[in-house]
Amino acid sequence: MLLQRFLIRLLTMLITLFGVAVVVFVVIRVAPGDPIAMMLPPGATDADIARLRALYGLDKTIVQQFFIWLSGVVRGDFGTSISLRQDVLGLVFNRLPATLELAIVALLMAVALGGTTAIIGARERGTAVEAGIDIASGAALSIPDFLWGLVLILLFGVLVPIFDISGRVSPQLDLPFVTQFYLFESILRLRLDLTWDLLKHMLMPAVALALPLAAIISQLLKQSLKEVLDLDYVVLARVKGFSETQVILREALKNAALPTLTLVGVQFTFLIGGTVIVERLFSYEGLGNMAIDAVINRDLPLIQGIVLVFALLFVLINLAVDMMYALLNPRLRRG
Amino acid sequence: MSTCLDITNLSAVLPNGERVLRSVSLSVLPGEVRALVGESGAGKTMIGKAVLGVLPSSVRIVEGDMLLEGEDLGKLQPKARRTLIGARTALIPQDPLTALNPSRRIGPQMTDRLVRILGWTVEKADQRVRQLLDEVQIRDPDRVLRSYPHELSGGMRQRVLIAAAFAAEPRLIVADEPTTALDVTVQKQILRLIAALQREHGTAILFVTHDLGVVAKISQKVSVLYAGKVVEEAETATLFAAPQHPYTRALMAATPRYTDPFASLKPVDEAVLAGLAAEITAADKAWRRPHG
Repeated sequence: MLLQRFLIRLLTMLITLFGVAVVVFVVIRVAPGDPIAMMLPPGATDADIARLRALYGLDKTIVQQFFIWLSGVVRGDFGTSISLRQDVLGLVFNRLPATLELAIVALLMAVALGGTTAIIGARERGTAVEAGIDIASGAALSIPDFLWGLVLILLFGVLVPIFDISGRVSPQLDLPFVTQFYLFESILRLRLDLTWDLLKHMLMPAVALALPLAAIISQLLKQSLKEVLDLDYVVLARVKGFSETQVILREALKNAALPTLTLVGVQFTFLIGGTVIVERLFSYEGLGNMAIDAVINRDLPLIQGIVLVFALLFVLINLAVDMMYALLNPRLRRG
Repeated sequence: MSTCLDITNLSAVLPNGERVLRSVSLSVLPGEVRALVGESGAGKTMIGKAVLGVLPSSVRIVEGDMLLEGEDLGKLQPKARRTLIGARTALIPQDPLTALNPSRRIGPQMTDRLVRILGWTVEKADQRVRQLLDEVQIRDPDRVLRSYPHELSGGMRQRVLIAAAFAAEPRLIVADEPTTALDVTVQKQILRLIAALQREHGTAILFVTHDLGVVAKISQKVSVLYAGKVVEEAETATLFAAPQHPYTRALMAATPRYTDPFASLKPVDEAVLAGLAAEITAADKAWRRPHG
């Protein structure tokens, strides 16, 4: 039963990824712009163009190209980047950790900030404190992540320059890392000087990405908490002598978190989508930044690779959310 | 003898100024069962919630005193009041299906007050809870303590809640229509259980119900409520033998009897309700909302 459900799930994931691959493959070939024309110097002959087209397989039909590419993907070969002339998979995996670190730090910030304000707001429901939290989250939500990025650059990069506004790490530093997960590895290696330098680069883009999500979490969780706090078992806990904070943390939070969890899963994929522009804004060397270059250069294999990795990430996040949902809700665990 | 619970002149209002409790006075002696009877909206549950400090935020107490074993609940700091209520009272809720946290196992839900509020050791609390589960005739405590609420039937859950209420040896239990949400067959068993545990432990109970049959079986004293006002109070035997207030008589006449299953249900007489409305209006006119 469980195995069957797992296999169905796996099949849906594969179909989703296949669909994404088809759409991206077709769209970037139908869209205007020619990668070959961008590679050649002015004055190249038609014969040169034709030779290069044949080299990258662009002289075949779209269907043929797709199946050539797909057979490569199945074997783990995503092709060669046209603009960077390197293996696509290597390029993607080199950049992916930077984006993952940024997204995870932003997610943790959003959960911490949104969760705390939701709990405080629910505890102080009906007071000026709750109204203040509502106003703040309304403001955080109505400004998109890239605009937050600009605001932060202006505030903490220019007016009060305490953070670095560009790059992932100070270029003069010696990096002893073996993985691309610089931040996590620096913590594990206890090189806290490097952690600090990485954080100084990462905090502003992370905050820019986190603020809108924090606001969503805050509003939804607070609403769910307030609903749960009127339920009978919560009243019973108050009669037992527990304080409002204890009641919220021990009785209400877990049950109220379920709807928020589903939403955070969806919103986290939006956050990862947001890294594309925010990374660009902060010249942060992640996958999103690379995606923009790939699009500008019409680097078809690289775009396909990046999009497919993003799609895989989204599918996995959804899977993780479903599993956490079952973990938090005992009624779903059996059957 | 000092009283267990003493309520004098308790009034509570909604934000629009309407009184939901109208100068309620009643007392419960140690080990005594006092029934609060009345129709829906008569304020009987509200009194229980006021005592336990869990009134909805829209309802505000504007006058009156509540003394729990001589301690004035209105004069205590919130934290002290909470702890006192947690230590000396308990609630048997109306609906066992919603009164247990769906995401926590039964065991910790039964022991958390003993351990975290009363400071018992985990072993002692566990022992105590098993003893009480035995008293409510649950024969497989291991399974029950490990279960999540949805794995137990409604009757079992109510037994669990009753056991949890008695576990800390409270002086006063507020039973808020504890049988209303159950099957008729289960109702009787649960009522018998509460009565047995009450006698065994000598706990005072404020028993909220709309069922005069339940009142007759379990209580020594009764307060009859209408629109948040006590219209009659008496020893249970006296009340049933010679009800004084027309509303009480009308309620009794309206109670269906097993001896005459084909009789049609009778509503409370219109003239009685008109008289009550006049009584309430007069009381509200005489009442001056205290300031401050």
